[in-house]
Amino acid sequence: MSTANSKTAAAKIAEISGTNPLKCMKCGKCSASCPAFEKMDIKPHQFVSYVVNEDIEALAKSESLWYCLSCFACVERCPRDVKPGKIVDAARQTVVRQKGGNYLSANEIPALIDDDVPQQLLVSAFRKFRR
Amino acid sequence: MKYSYYPGCTLRTKAKDLDTYARKSAEVLGFELEEIENWQCCGGVYPLSSDEIATKLSSVRALNEAKVKGQQLVTLCSACYHVLKRVNDDMQNVEDIRVKANNYMKLDEPYEGETQVLHFLEVLRDTIGFDELKKKVVKPLTGKKIGAYYGCLLLRPGEILGFDNPENPTIIEDFIRALGAEPVIYPYRNECCGGYISLKAKDLSAKMCDNIMDSASGFGADMLITACPLCQYNLTKNSKATVPVYYFTEILAEALGVKGEEE
Repeated sequence: MSTANSKTAAAKIAEISGTNPLKCMKCGKCSASCPAFEKMDIKPHQFVSYVVNEDIEALAKSESLWYCLSCFACVERCPRDVKPGKIVDAARQTVVRQKGGNYLSANEIPALIDDDVPQQLLVSAFRKFRR
Repeated sequence: MKYSYYPGCTLRTKAKDLDTYARKSAEVLGFELEEIENWQCCGGVYPLSSDEIATKLSSVRALNEAKVKGQQLVTLCSACYHVLKRVNDDMQNVEDIRVKANNYMKLDEPYEGETQVLHFLEVLRDTIGFDELKKKVVKPLTGKKIGAYYGCLLLRPGEILGFDNPENPTIIEDFIRALGAEPVIYPYRNECCGGYISLKAKDLSAKMCDNIMDSASGFGADMLITACPLCQYNLTKNSKATVPVYYFTEILAEALGVKGEEE
């Protein structure tokens, strides 16, 4: 569904991702490369269409935002330089930048970690899952 | 030869081995890692959105410290390498980020990406040379079959990191050969371990780590080596497999005969 708001949000995602979703030729190489594919309700190659169609509400609710690993397999392998991983991350940013949009709270942390957890895990998760 | 050195948060805490063995080895190999002052955490992940500035400043500070000293900046952690190198690329090539970061930093002289960011392995390959490294080995790891686990952060995106061929890398295999061991090439060596996902979706990381470990052991690896503390954690804690995973610096120190010192 395209509204004035979703038009603005789609433009924002295209802008901060720095990619051009219109170049996508739907080859599916991104989704084939994605190690989190089976957990994703919207698949990497479909993300591109949601931005093109300005259906940002569905993107913002997608579980896929929280399963993308930023492993850059899709970014490396995209033959059209669309780089879906950057679009997923931009969509994730537009969610966590909203009030109440955080996916991880500090209070959850003690139950999620063990003694061996490297600091790198926590700082990375905080960067990806909240503002 | 003296390099600026950026250890990063985890090498001061959970991944002390990665740091300690690198320093000991560097001494034998004739170069020095001079820790930059007041470094701050790189954030662990590179902020992908083009309007992210504040989250890149800790990297810019570190890069500028090295520039002021006129040194190349060496890292050991895959994540630090990834983040510093990509921020450096922004400072070289993305005018908007360069201008905004410099406006904020107010340095004596603007930072424009002058520092060269190197991974410790690149120093071994490109400055010391694997042939020279081989000559310094006193305890060759003969008979050991070692799988290189590259993961994501050292390799991708290849056009910015330029560390090695992102789909068919050879640097860690060459390193393993220089130490007298046999590298095991297996299909999952550049697949993701799950990274930060293991905080909230352990099952997903577990499956990915099992695939990696099964792939490596299926091709005959006795052990894996990595440069990333998070890969080390995920592979060790999230996989059912029991293949041991070491930091590459630990086997380096062992082959150079300095692993047991001061312990």
